[in-house]
Amino acid sequence: MLMRDPLIFEAGVPDRCGASLPDPGVEEASPSSLYGDYARGEIAGFPEVSEAEVVRHFHRLSTLNFHIDAGFYPLGSCTMKYNPKCDDKWAELDGFAGAHPYLPDDTAQGALELMALLEQYLTEITGMDATTLQPAAGAHGELTGLLLIAAYHRSRGDSDRKVVLIPDTAHGTNPASSRLAGFDIKGIKSDSRGLITAGEVEKACDDTTAALMLTNPNTLGMFESEIVDVARVLHDRGALLYCDGANLNAILGIARPGDMGIDVIQVNLHKTFSTPHGGGGPGSGPVSVKKSLEPFLPVPRILRDDSGWKVREDIPESIGRIRSFFGNFGVMAKAFAYIRSMGPEGLKRAARMAVLNANYLKQRLSETYHLSYEGPSMHECVFDDQHLKKTGVTTMDIAKRLLDYGFHPPTVYFPLVVHGALMIEPTETETPDAIDAFVQAMELISAESEQDPEIVKTAPHNTLLRRLDETRAARQPKLRWRHK
Amino acid sequence: MMRVVGINDIDELFESIPSEVRLNLPLDIPAALSEMELDRLMRRLAGRNANTASTRCFLGGGAYMHHVPVAVDATTSRSEFATAYTPYQPEASQGTLQSIFEFQTMVAMLTGMEVANASMYDGAEALAEAALMCLRMSRGRRRIVLARSVHPEYRETLNTYLAYQNAGVDEIDYDRATGRLDVKALESALGDDVAAVVVQSPNFFGVVEDIRSISSACSRSGAPLVGVVSEPLAWVVLTPPGELGAAVACGELQSFGMYPSFGGPGCGFLAGRMEDVRNMPGRLIGETVDAEGERGYCLTLATREQHIRRGRATSNICTNQSLMALRAAVYMSLMGKGGLRRLAVINLSLAEYAKSMLDKKASLKFKAPTFNEFVVRVGGNAQQTLDKLKEKGIIAGLPLGRWYPELNDCVLVCVTELNTREDIDELAGNWPD
Repeated sequence: MLMRDPLIFEAGVPDRCGASLPDPGVEEASPSSLYGDYARGEIAGFPEVSEAEVVRHFHRLSTLNFHIDAGFYPLGSCTMKYNPKCDDKWAELDGFAGAHPYLPDDTAQGALELMALLEQYLTEITGMDATTLQPAAGAHGELTGLLLIAAYHRSRGDSDRKVVLIPDTAHGTNPASSRLAGFDIKGIKSDSRGLITAGEVEKACDDTTAALMLTNPNTLGMFESEIVDVARVLHDRGALLYCDGANLNAILGIARPGDMGIDVIQVNLHKTFSTPHGGGGPGSGPVSVKKSLEPFLPVPRILRDDSGWKVREDIPESIGRIRSFFGNFGVMAKAFAYIRSMGPEGLKRAARMAVLNANYLKQRLSETYHLSYEGPSMHECVFDDQHLKKTGVTTMDIAKRLLDYGFHPPTVYFPLVVHGALMIEPTETETPDAIDAFVQAMELISAESEQDPEIVKTAPHNTLLRRLDETRAARQPKLRWRHK
Repeated sequence: MMRVVGINDIDELFESIPSEVRLNLPLDIPAALSEMELDRLMRRLAGRNANTASTRCFLGGGAYMHHVPVAVDATTSRSEFATAYTPYQPEASQGTLQSIFEFQTMVAMLTGMEVANASMYDGAEALAEAALMCLRMSRGRRRIVLARSVHPEYRETLNTYLAYQNAGVDEIDYDRATGRLDVKALESALGDDVAAVVVQSPNFFGVVEDIRSISSACSRSGAPLVGVVSEPLAWVVLTPPGELGAAVACGELQSFGMYPSFGGPGCGFLAGRMEDVRNMPGRLIGETVDAEGERGYCLTLATREQHIRRGRATSNICTNQSLMALRAAVYMSLMGKGGLRRLAVINLSLAEYAKSMLDKKASLKFKAPTFNEFVVRVGGNAQQTLDKLKEKGIIAGLPLGRWYPELNDCVLVCVTELNTREDIDELAGNWPD
């Protein structure tokens, strides 16, 4: 059942409360006595509802969410695979959830060992030399990696290297992170195959180049086959190669970025490593590096001595802290459990099935939709809106009409090099039947676009809310409820 | 499927990977464990951490042990929330969108600000982004003035983020008697090149700052004030920075419905004025209508963000802490106006009781008022005192010498509603003379 509910502030009565609180058994302190005119009165407008009302409210709201447990999310580069339930449960064990980050090292050996082991597994999976688990998300990992690159060049007296090369297929976080790390950006074009060539890199790379940021497999779902030569070109000219590892799912156990000449890579635990997406986080974006960048890794590091695992902050060349405490430990615990439940064979099978599923989907869908690039696809494929041109129906309309068929749309309008892009990644946890049903819906919508375009242009029709006016939201921003 | 694809072996699908980088051996990680074997392993690892339910624990310092109502776990573990994607398709995501709109509203109310975003990674990154926001807003002003009593890890993170931003940071010390920011030193440091003044209240020592004096000094010199907090429960009974002239409020919300979880995931927050919203980082959810005039919610003002503005975005943040923001929203709804206030008074009462009990054995270091954390001075080396108490099964607090060498003889003690009167009596009773 789909159910809506008013805002929580629009319910309740004065003095109602949904929590039960103890009598502390000591003299009650008075904020006004202690704080004088810094004491605060009650917060006007704050909810006053019972537990039952709160539970019902959020339950009703939850019915309005599409979610992976209910259906297929073919979002390209998001790797919306199944989230194992036991991983959630283990992250909530008292010893993990209740652990304060400042527990003395000897009373936190379980947490420290979990992190140290996860670092080792990710280091091995990526083929690198060391890993930090600190970054809270992929973009945070990108920033960290770029700061490491900056520190590396600075340590070598190479402070003119202020430019990062970024392909036209790159995710928006790549240039945004580069700026945050103090770099200027130089665009580099992918060729007619959608790939970055060593030749293009050679032309673009000079003494001001700090690094190239390469997503591999790339956002068109293709393996950057010239990557080894690209790495060589960069290294010969004193620059480094950053790999955006968001699409690692395609090559787990098949190939390792470290073996391709990459110097630093971020991975996404909330993509490749199955932790739940949570409606937009929490994620985790560990960064793995080659030995040359290891001295600069952020603090704290988890190192071992005779008495066990120790938290070390005295790392002289570290770039410093990029956040508080250790990172999103609760997310790490789930990824750790996932890796231990899959083992080397399971991870490789995941990659193989992810790529098979994507190729099956691509083969079937390309009978109706126009494939943007001919090259071999890995875990995702990209279509454009070419065949829709004469109908007046846009990619956005297709996306909205898919909702009527019970599917979440794929990623749309990205990568930018493709007009009206539809980026589709099924992942390995979808069955052929699920893929067939999706393809069938897409085919029906394509037919509708020709025979009855209005129904597509005004979609969705079957969702509780019809198409939302995003223009109005931006023009007349209303970003909160106001108490009268 | 292979027949449709036109292959005989899945290996054929990997031919675009150069053979010299294809793996010939399996990854060198442990073989797969069954669910029950992994259950044993995870419990064994979890069991090797101190059980803070049975250990008396008085740790604070930016992460807080509070009771998490079961209804928070029950609602937020629903897979409709937990396994949903980012709400880019609003018609399929009204659950996430409306609940985070409610979160934004509650954070704005708590901070006394006009608008709050949909979350940041943590208090440290929120502060770093608040400083960057202020640098963007006050063009030409490149100096950040920062209280040394702001959480050490937040300050370190700020420095990392500012490393290549052509901006400088000046730290202002605290008054040794009160534990508050030395306002005279602040006034000397102010100038027309200051983009932001950053103060945490209650600060890392648990001391409540005199924000009015600080705010006056700031407005006299035209420098925006950024108010930070790591224990947001304090702002339920203390006038928040938004009502005292601050331009930005930021910090950590882990206390509101989240377990300490060895430091993460928590939930950063950032709030400010509507006039500055186009400089604000992070996602924003706005109210709108659908094609039939029904009220609904969607991500908005996306031209600030990386997926639209790319290299010219206000931040690179994409995935944030959404499910944790939902936890905070559910928690704040359950506790509500009266419950949060009562909880804050319980924390304050227990902390004041602890102060009075400990004042007999160790002296209270700072004169100014505190919330649920305070600093005590021991006779000699603080770490030794803590080691002795640890032998008795009590984790009594944080040795401040770790971050403030001049406070080598001091311990930061935190008391919450999870510490009983008996726990506090044990702490005071066992405190070495």
